[in-house]
Amino acid sequence: MARTLINLPKTARAGDVITIKTLISHPMETGFRPGADGRILPRNIVTEFVCRFEGEEIFRAELFPASAANPYLTFTWVATASGRFTFTWRGDDGFDQTESAPIAVA
Amino acid sequence: MPRRPGLPPPAAVLALLLVGAPAGAEPIAPADRRSGFDQMGPEIQAMQRDETANPGMLAVADGAELWATPPAPGRQPCAGCHGEAAVGMRGVAARYPAWDARTGRPIDLQDRVNACRRTHQGADPLAYESPDLLALTAFVAAQSRGMPIAPPDDPRLGAARAEGRALFEARQGQLGLSCAICHDDHWGRRLGAAVIPQGQPTGYPLYRLEWQGMGSLQRRLRNCLTGMRAEPFAYGAPDYVALELYLATRAAPLPLETPAVRP
Ligand code: HEC
Ligand code: HEC
Repeated sequence: MARTLINLPKTARAGDVITIKTLISHPMETGFRPGADGRILPRNIVTEFVCRFEGEEIFRAELFPASAANPYLTFTWVATASGRFTFTWRGDDGFDQTESAPIAVA
Repeated sequence: MPRRPGLPPPAAVLALLLVGAPAGAEPIAPADRRSGFDQMGPEIQAMQRDETANPGMLAVADGAELWATPPAPGRQPCAGCHGEAAVGMRGVAARYPAWDARTGRPIDLQDRVNACRRTHQGADPLAYESPDLLALTAFVAAQSRGMPIAPPDDPRLGAARAEGRALFEARQGQLGLSCAICHDDHWGRRLGAAVIPQGQPTGYPLYRLEWQGMGSLQRRLRNCLTGMRAEPFAYGAPDYVALELYLATRAAPLPLETPAVRP
């Protein structure tokens, strides 16, 4: 499992715009670089990130080989109700990881 | 001019040496010391400051997990002896490298981590620049974030520190450069696209964008040595620890920043 750091407020008021920040540990190997033995290292990147709130998609990003290692994605959301976010990263070699975090909206 | 053995040095040379010594004592006065952080662009500064954007925090989180995990079944985890790192490890990184009585030489923080693995955990040392060694060292060092670098006032370190300074000031490599030419005499000027920093060791292990990953101070020093077209020392060499000792003295009292971000 890749290490992730997810940051969002624990609570918000309805109508607040909150910022969600995510960071995942991933080499984002481009598929264009030679390794120590001179052979091209196989591409190994995260290709897709999706954030859902209570199952409904609220943010999606596609990633490509030029992205830096350990992709950092930040986006905003208008607080509507209490519930749970899920964060899913998918990529090469069957990479598939989901994390979640709650928010309480008053 | 060759001197015949047994004769005292000429008075003029002696006078120069005496005058020269105090002036050379501190090439950069404590009040003028600046972290490389100050010379970075605002985006990279923001990335370092924001714990949720700083990729070095991923390594620190890995280190926190390793801290609490036994290296093998039945062995003590770091936490088993040292407890809560926020308490037991606070301030430790600020006074490393330090004297190691067991081996009778100075060791840096990563060697201290490996010394505990070997002596107190019965485990193999972790390889230099391996993710686990960087993570544990970054986790321990992060407990001292914001504290001033405070090299120990231990006379046993004197010889290695002086050796480190001599290495720093000696010209080496095919370009005939010394560390001091760049970092004492020309900091703040440009070298190609890079601004030459004072070369302060405040943020290690740190995340370097050029590396796309974490690295130790020794890795950074290797980079500079290669840039000078000098032969880098092997990881763990006493020469690096000597340089690290001098760098710490030269940096005090700048605050520790681990895990820093650098271009
Ligand atoms: C069985 C007990 C034990 C375990 C387990 C242990 N240590 Fe230690 N550690 C010590 C002792 C005792 C010292 C004091 C120096 C000595 O005698 O080696 C020390 C010293 C240190 C120091 C230097 C503290 C200072 O004030 O200079 C650091 C850093 C450290 N340990 C880190 C670690 C890490 C990281 C781990 C896990 C990889 C670990 N230790 C595991 C017993 C332990
Ligand atoms: C030709 C000039 C030059 C020489 C000689 C040189 N360096 Fe550097 N050094 C740099 C530059 C430029 C950087 C910053 C690199 C960057 O930002 O890409 C740097 C970075 C550093 C850093 C990291 C500072 C930080 O903020 O993390 C340290 C420490 C350092 N050098 C130490 C040394 C030591 C020790 C030597 C001698 C063995 C040395 N340097 C020789 C140019 C030099």
